[in-house]
Amino acid sequence: MSESSSPSPPSPANPGGVARPPVAPPEIDASCRLPLVVLFLGAAMWLVLGSAFALVASIKFHVPEFLADSAWLTYGRVRPAGFNCMLYGFCLPAGLGVALWLLARLGRTRLVLPGLITAGAVCWNLGVAAGVGGILAGASTGFENLEMPSYAARLVFLGCLMIVVLAVLTFHQRRERQLFVSQWFLFAALFWFPWIYSTADLLLLTFQVRGMAQAVIAWWYSDNLLVVWLGLVGLATVFYFVPKLTGRDLHSRYLALLAFWMLILFGSWGGIPESAPVPAWMPILSAVARGLGVISIVAVALNVHGTLGGQGSKLMAHPSLRFIGFGLVAFIVAGLMSAVSAFSEVNQVTQFTWFTPAKGLLNAYGFFAMVMFGAVYYIVPQLLGLEFPSTKLVRAHFWIAAAGVLLFVVPLMAGGIVQGLKLQHPDIPFSDIARGTLPFLRASTTGDLLLALGHLMFLGNLAGLVIRFYRARAVSAWVAATTEIKTTEAQP
Amino acid sequence: MNYGPLVFLAAFFALASSWCGFVLTPQLQIGRLQQTITVGGAAMTYPQARPGLARQGLEVYRANGCAYCHSQQVGQTGTVLDIALTDAGTNQAATVAALLKLAEGSPDHVPALTMLRPLQPGGSNAASATILEGLPKAFLRSSTREAANAAIKTLNATGAKAQLWIVPVGPDLARGWGQRRSVAEDFLFDSPVMPGSQRVGPDLADLGARRPDANWHLRHLYAPRLEDKGSIMPPYRFLFEKRKIVRQPSPEALALPGDLAPGDGYEIVPRPAAKALVAYLTSLRADAPLFDAPMTLPASAGTPASTNAPVVPGTTSATAAPANAPAK
Repeated sequence: MSESSSPSPPSPANPGGVARPPVAPPEIDASCRLPLVVLFLGAAMWLVLGSAFALVASIKFHVPEFLADSAWLTYGRVRPAGFNCMLYGFCLPAGLGVALWLLARLGRTRLVLPGLITAGAVCWNLGVAAGVGGILAGASTGFENLEMPSYAARLVFLGCLMIVVLAVLTFHQRRERQLFVSQWFLFAALFWFPWIYSTADLLLLTFQVRGMAQAVIAWWYSDNLLVVWLGLVGLATVFYFVPKLTGRDLHSRYLALLAFWMLILFGSWGGIPESAPVPAWMPILSAVARGLGVISIVAVALNVHGTLGGQGSKLMAHPSLRFIGFGLVAFIVAGLMSAVSAFSEVNQVTQFTWFTPAKGLLNAYGFFAMVMFGAVYYIVPQLLGLEFPSTKLVRAHFWIAAAGVLLFVVPLMAGGIVQGLKLQHPDIPFSDIARGTLPFLRASTTGDLLLALGHLMFLGNLAGLVIRFYRARAVSAWVAATTEIKTTEAQP
Repeated sequence: MNYGPLVFLAAFFALASSWCGFVLTPQLQIGRLQQTITVGGAAMTYPQARPGLARQGLEVYRANGCAYCHSQQVGQTGTVLDIALTDAGTNQAATVAALLKLAEGSPDHVPALTMLRPLQPGGSNAASATILEGLPKAFLRSSTREAANAAIKTLNATGAKAQLWIVPVGPDLARGWGQRRSVAEDFLFDSPVMPGSQRVGPDLADLGARRPDANWHLRHLYAPRLEDKGSIMPPYRFLFEKRKIVRQPSPEALALPGDLAPGDGYEIVPRPAAKALVAYLTSLRADAPLFDAPMTLPASAGTPASTNAPVVPGTTSATAAPANAPAK
């Protein structure tokens, strides 16, 4: 681990220059405090809101008439609103927050202009609010995972640019020149998102391309976001925390390098579904890339296995590690699901079924969100210099979230396979197939409920700690202010 | 990889290659797609832009996220070559004998479904006459283009008029969701393009062809289980308006049975959004035979004017063999 390694070697970037001394961790944390608290608290709030929308969407499979008179809460609006809350409200800001902290800590340097980063975070959150409102009002763009209307997308992009530019500057000003594995992943992720988001924005919302090219670009974008970006940031976090919290060295830098290359090379090609009405080379290329994506999964699995020395139970030792361990398993399973569905025979069954969203949610939720929970639970106490009042609530959140993910993903997966097998038989009437998925969908509602409960606990844990910190500060500031007055009064 | 710029270059290379592959090239290849000419019979330009109301309906479809439950991509697993008779000629016994011989004598053909039952060896003239009723219909399914051409030659020699039908097949098509697979051309004038990713509900690529009745769609949107008992679709009552009947009922009012009826003196009428959405839904057709998705239209295919499919007079499309279409 570079952080615990010996003093930094002479920097190759400024030869002959005076090697600046590394900044002490408490000072780094102090510089990260405000922007990260804003990012994480905002993320937790969006998560709660998103799970409320997801619940509404899920209840419609029990009672189709539920809230049917309201255009704002119709299924086709609530569902994307919920997923956008989760993706743009939680995943990206939480990921950016963790990335900022990791870059500062690994580079042993202060965050550059934390005030501006905070402004970026606020801008981002305003954009998401406008976007989710727009989706509910019917202004969705119609592209899956890029539903936020262009006015909201621009705000989000502005906020993202502010954060990303300052994160790159933080990376550039690092005092520890030796790069740790996580930094590759994070640095790549930093400019990956602005690139894909601006491409999608320009070509789909501003200067619209024609016809099916729109759909191809939308698929490319959402695959790059959900597989590559989430993968890069999630794995950076995993590679940082697993060695750190188990107190062991990362098993192999080369395996990590392999995982990095395979993820960015093949992950970015996997978006086009086999059924797509486009020239055949595109879906074929995507299927090959999805199949080869298994290499990065294996590389990550081997690396973590080696780091733990084969003792998986080590992952249960620390509350944060539990989340990260769960996320890692979800990453592997979701990756294998994606690789298996690269085969035409499998895809013929799973396409258009609930299997696809199950796979996507396992990746976005079971992997990325869980890893982020673990990281946030470690980082926030460091930032605030406070411990969680009891680890019980954190552990409770873990078990509820883990059960929620399982109860959510497994029924959808099973239901999707059943649905897909039935769809192969034209003799089975479609309405029977549709109704046949209902028991599975209804079972997944319990998962939705548990997840919502878990999110409330996450928000509660986080907000409790932040409130305690700022109350203590306010009190001490108040005391300082009042005592000063007293002393001035007493002086004459 | 111990240098920032190196990491940057690696990521730049990876993303740039995929950007060229899946943003630039698709734009060059399908972003510049133009209208094409349908193959077989009447050559029409395809697709036609949707009528104005249907284009407004696309916006309603987008705003309410219909694409989260309905795909618009019909798949096909392959194409088969059917040999059909359009005219039995005068020497029907010879035609039937030739059909029989082709069906049983050669591994290149199997009897098509329409032929299986009534055709028995040594059948009488009367029996063969009943088989040859209801032409044009397909009798043989050929394995190769050469075999099909040979069979057509044999049948034509008996005085009948045989032709080759190209029939796309697959579970989606067998379900009646379309007549051929969806192709990029189908979406040329739509923006945004919403091919959908899930089939919570049925595929809609060819909805206008199987459900041309606008009133059915209006009632189905208002109360899905009224038209389809097993439907799991939520109702879209916010697209409709309950209003007092002034003087006489509106001709647009929905005919609703007992418990759904709005009560005396009231009626349910579709708002403009509902009418637009239904115009869009009934305009959804993907049934033009194209060079990259060839097929022979059944003789009865008549096309309402308000679609994005060209108007193909049924008879001409069926009688003309798509000679310039590649067999798949």
